Amino acid sequence: MKIRGIAQAISEGIRQEMERNDKIVVLGEDVTYWGAVFGFTMGLFDKFGRKRIIDTPITEQTFMGMGVGAASVGLHPVISLMFVDFLGAGFDQMFNHMAKNYYMSGGQFPMPITVITAIGGGYGDSSQHSQVLYSIFAHLPGFKVVVPSTPYDAKGLTIKALRDQNPVIIFGHKLLTGLPFLPFEGIEEEVPDEPYEIDFGKAIVRKEGSDITIIGTALMVHRSLKAAEMLEKEGISAEVIDLRTLVPLDEETIIKSAKKTGKVLIVDEDYMSYGMTGEIAFRIQSKALRELKVPISRLAVPDVPIPFSEPLENAVIPSVKSIYDEAKKLLMH
Amino acid sequence: MIIKPEPTIKDLSFIIDNSGLKPNDLLNMYKRMVTIRYFEEEIRKVYHEGKNPFNMASGIIRGEMHLAIGQEAVAVGSLYNVRVDDVVISTHRPHHHAIAKGVDLKKLAAEIFGKATGLCRGKGGHMHLFDKEKNFACSGIVGASFPQAAGAAFAFKYLNKDNVAFAFAGEGAANHGTFSETLNIASAWELPLIIVIEDNKYADSTPKSLVMSTTFHYQRGLAYNVPSYLVDGMDVIDVYITTKKAVERGRRGFGPTLIEAITYRYVGHFEGDGEEYRTKDEVEFWSQVDPIRRLENRLLKLNFADSEMLAKLREEARREVQEAIDFAIKSPYPSPEEALRGVFA
Ligand SMILES: Cc1ncc(C[n+]2csc(CCOP(=O)(O)OP(=O)(O)O)c2C)c(N)n1
Ligand SMILES: [Mg+2]
Repeated sequence: MKIRGIAQAISEGIRQEMERNDKIVVLGEDVTYWGAVFGFTMGLFDKFGRKRIIDTPITEQTFMGMGVGAASVGLHPVISLMFVDFLGAGFDQMFNHMAKNYYMSGGQFPMPITVITAIGGGYGDSSQHSQVLYSIFAHLPGFKVVVPSTPYDAKGLTIKALRDQNPVIIFGHKLLTGLPFLPFEGIEEEVPDEPYEIDFGKAIVRKEGSDITIIGTALMVHRSLKAAEMLEKEGISAEVIDLRTLVPLDEETIIKSAKKTGKVLIVDEDYMSYGMTGEIAFRIQSKALRELKVPISRLAVPDVPIPFSEPLENAVIPSVKSIYDEAKKLLMH
Repeated sequence: MIIKPEPTIKDLSFIIDNSGLKPNDLLNMYKRMVTIRYFEEEIRKVYHEGKNPFNMASGIIRGEMHLAIGQEAVAVGSLYNVRVDDVVISTHRPHHHAIAKGVDLKKLAAEIFGKATGLCRGKGGHMHLFDKEKNFACSGIVGASFPQAAGAAFAFKYLNKDNVAFAFAGEGAANHGTFSETLNIASAWELPLIIVIEDNKYADSTPKSLVMSTTFHYQRGLAYNVPSYLVDGMDVIDVYITTKKAVERGRRGFGPTLIEAITYRYVGHFEGDGEEYRTKDEVEFWSQVDPIRRLENRLLKLNFADSEMLAKLREEARREVQEAIDFAIKSPYPSPEEALRGVFA
């Protein structure tokens, strides 16, 4: 089946697993009529009704905590956090309980919970509705952090999450959803009708190249691919790597590429400092220092909130042009 | 009409006399309500320009847009009682509160357009309006207004000021823990806080019938020993009278009040909303009690104004709104470097 964007792919993955596993329930705000706003639960209400697809009151702390409790007695809750920006309203239950109960209980209480949340800016939604914030989750032990960028990956990673005994957070970028009311920078592709899994901790080389390695996730993968096309026209061969999951992280693929090109640019739509870019750079230098020809470079939101006004927003979120420029700078080094 | 019968004209005169409102006050309220209505209708028009097919990122005004068309009486009736140094904390649906609090229309419009001349230099946008001069703020995070207003109330008490702080929120937001936690603390500490819940029956697409244990939130306020009132949010006079008591209570140091206003939004949750969760009949039903038309009829019947006078007020409001929109359109965008400034004071 051809699927355009990650939203339908994620909801398709949930639907198939729900048919197989009656322990799966979907909880969150506006998960019925609105498909969780960004389409991750679209169509599920028609199929499963209110018994399994449940609109909660606006109570992030409570429905995250209920996820913990329900998981401890055998359900596999799928919980929608409408925008990742709202994590603050429910975070204690997530990082102090959902992420730790298995460990703290000495392995007695696995937490099979899948949280699906929308990330990213680029459409004028300002500081409280445009963030990425996955590095916060990746920083805290106990969460698996999944960031699909294509429909094929979105479905396979979602099914994998729904068969995992741990809390998995799926970060769906709004501009990759394929919904008509948002810009679309993702792809449409053929996706198998039957259920399938994609393993966590396996990055994918989206484009092979030999002069420079560009590493990113979600929207930044697509923008990096476009920047790579521009570079290609100038005879520069860029390799583009899509991390797919931050936890677990596929060191092997990125280090192999870094050793090959010796020049690495890490692109992130999350904030710059203490985040994904620094972590990836550390891992690369620790295993490929001798092969690096120039210092690792990075591009990310420059430690300011995402501003509302269009020229300001454009100035802080990495674009095809800024990725291209940064890559050129690195190559000139 | 919604929760009380529409009074006869004689009874209405009595109610108004008793409230201390003068004909001129009601005309001011009328003007404010139509200003809000026109402002939002204009914003709505401009918002949809360049968005066909609908896409949030295109057009002159980008992102989400939450309008309060239909809810004007709640903002105007309650905030007619406040002074400029009283604090108002609003929500993701903030325009009506901002205008009722006296925020400058031009700076407001310019902010919504993302212009350098806006309230926040274009950095905040429609859900993040801040006006230090008018003591107004809001947030796009649901449930955020309660504790912040309580904090302002706490400071007023600490500073021995007779100010009050208002938290506005929807009936959906009142299901959030911050509502209950704030009621408890404000009651225990007798803070000069006024919580106004605008019950428009829906939180996004979610009808309150599916997610609320009580029919109304004022019932919850009572459990915290907070004087709690249910008012007709489509009746600016009813909202005014109850809020007046609440403000007096707060100013005298007797503690918080909860006011729940029954109201309705005539437009979607945000622009682009398909409104699958409600019927056209329901919208039609509520449009029968349009708060502006209702006040208009009363003003005429009470002989507080003739239709010419009202037309003049409407014209003035239209002109002010048009000037604000024109100002916003003509204003320059901030320069990209502005994005990197202002993280720390
Ligand atoms: C903490 C948090 N959760 C969810 C949202 C998404 N959201 C924005 S508005 C809204 C509904 C609010 O309903 P209500 O409080 O009744 O106000 P109304 O929109 O009806 O004015 C929701 C769920 C949010 N902004 N913040
Ligand atoms: Mg509501």
